[in-house]
Amino acid sequence: MYGNDFSAEDAPGGGLLGEVEAAEVALREAAERGRRVGAPGPDQDLAAYFAEVIEADQKIEPRDWMPEAYRKTLIRQIAQHAHSEIIGMQPEGNWISRAPSLKRKAILLAKVQDEAGHGLYLYAAAETLGISRDELVELLLNGRQKYSSIFNYPTLTWADVGAIGWLVDGAAIVNQVPLCRCSYGPYARAMIRVCKEESFHQRQGFEILHTLTHGTGAQKAMAQDALDRWWYPSLAMFGPPDTDSTHSAQSMAWKIKRFSNDELRQRFVDMCVQQAEILGLTIPDPGLRWNESRQSYDFTQPDYDELMRVIKGDGPCNRQRAEHRRRAHDEGTWVREAAVAYAAKRAEKKEKVAA
Amino acid sequence: MSREFSPLWEVFVRARRGLSHTHVGSLHAPDAELALRNARDLYTRRQEGVSIWVVPAGAITASSPDEKDAFFDPAADKVYRHPTFYEVPDGVAHL
Repeated sequence: MYGNDFSAEDAPGGGLLGEVEAAEVALREAAERGRRVGAPGPDQDLAAYFAEVIEADQKIEPRDWMPEAYRKTLIRQIAQHAHSEIIGMQPEGNWISRAPSLKRKAILLAKVQDEAGHGLYLYAAAETLGISRDELVELLLNGRQKYSSIFNYPTLTWADVGAIGWLVDGAAIVNQVPLCRCSYGPYARAMIRVCKEESFHQRQGFEILHTLTHGTGAQKAMAQDALDRWWYPSLAMFGPPDTDSTHSAQSMAWKIKRFSNDELRQRFVDMCVQQAEILGLTIPDPGLRWNESRQSYDFTQPDYDELMRVIKGDGPCNRQRAEHRRRAHDEGTWVREAAVAYAAKRAEKKEKVAA
Repeated sequence: MSREFSPLWEVFVRARRGLSHTHVGSLHAPDAELALRNARDLYTRRQEGVSIWVVPAGAITASSPDEKDAFFDPAADKVYRHPTFYEVPDGVAHL
């Protein structure tokens, strides 16, 4: 079993990973539960059938009828999720050759390999909605689809690799655990796989920071500096505040999303405060304090103007990330063509033998 | 040469001897051998299985959800297909 639990109440079976397991159980139960007696069949009323499946917390599958807007919004969300995994390999890949020990290097390699795998699961899930991966890659390359704003920030020190694991992967898990219950079956199943592996990433990030903060003064300062730079961009990962979120209401009604951006951001802050204490690091927010009446932390919101600038392409690394991805694609063309030619030649040979 | 690269493959993994192959996902690869290698890296990195099948997605024919009810009608008039249909006299053991 994988775990992302750092505190006593997050023991196995509880915490975020417990929620992933619960979602997996619910998925199986929903599959076994028959349809409600008297529910409209797909042959009678498609829209009513769709609404009833969602209402009953069952899953919409690729060959089911779905509203065009549901299909579109899922393609957009899953594709951008997939793109984020692929672009997300760059900031961490930046430190593979410079990891401070062989152990750290091997772990980082495994992690970046996982991100590639997550991208592939997600592209496959998006493809069940009737779009090809080649088309999606094209949309990423020409900038018509986005990826997570967070990967437009640079990794300046080794501690950044720890901060990405702890904060960025941590925020991703808080965001993705509810998606394990998403109404679209292929996406929900992909998220269950991703979340289990992602918790390994969050743990390894936390461990990097923990080692640094218990090392020399310089190491601790490096860890604090990484937290200072990654804290607000991580909070911004949850998207604009609820009042400005364009897709939220419809996505919640369709049970694609289960919680609002602000609810998830709050959950993330509440989790991080205790973990930062164990690290001995200070969260760079003078407005952060416990609110007894809400039983949550009050905190300063990230700069949403900055978030919009970064999403629109004007963050610190947007050009570099896109340019790197395009170059890999272009310079890899001849390799892809060679693979296709080789496959064709072998298929031809096989045919001759068979004839 | 065709620019159409890498058809889609469906991947089935058997977790342990004695269990059946289960569909775990799909991937793109130019041929079966690369599909197998990619499936190994992608779906069995953490000892998830001992056997992999890859099948070109185009080779699979699926039933349609529209005909779900008619197609899978449990044939209520054929209750004799269920073992519970049969009466066992009292006192018979191991049946």
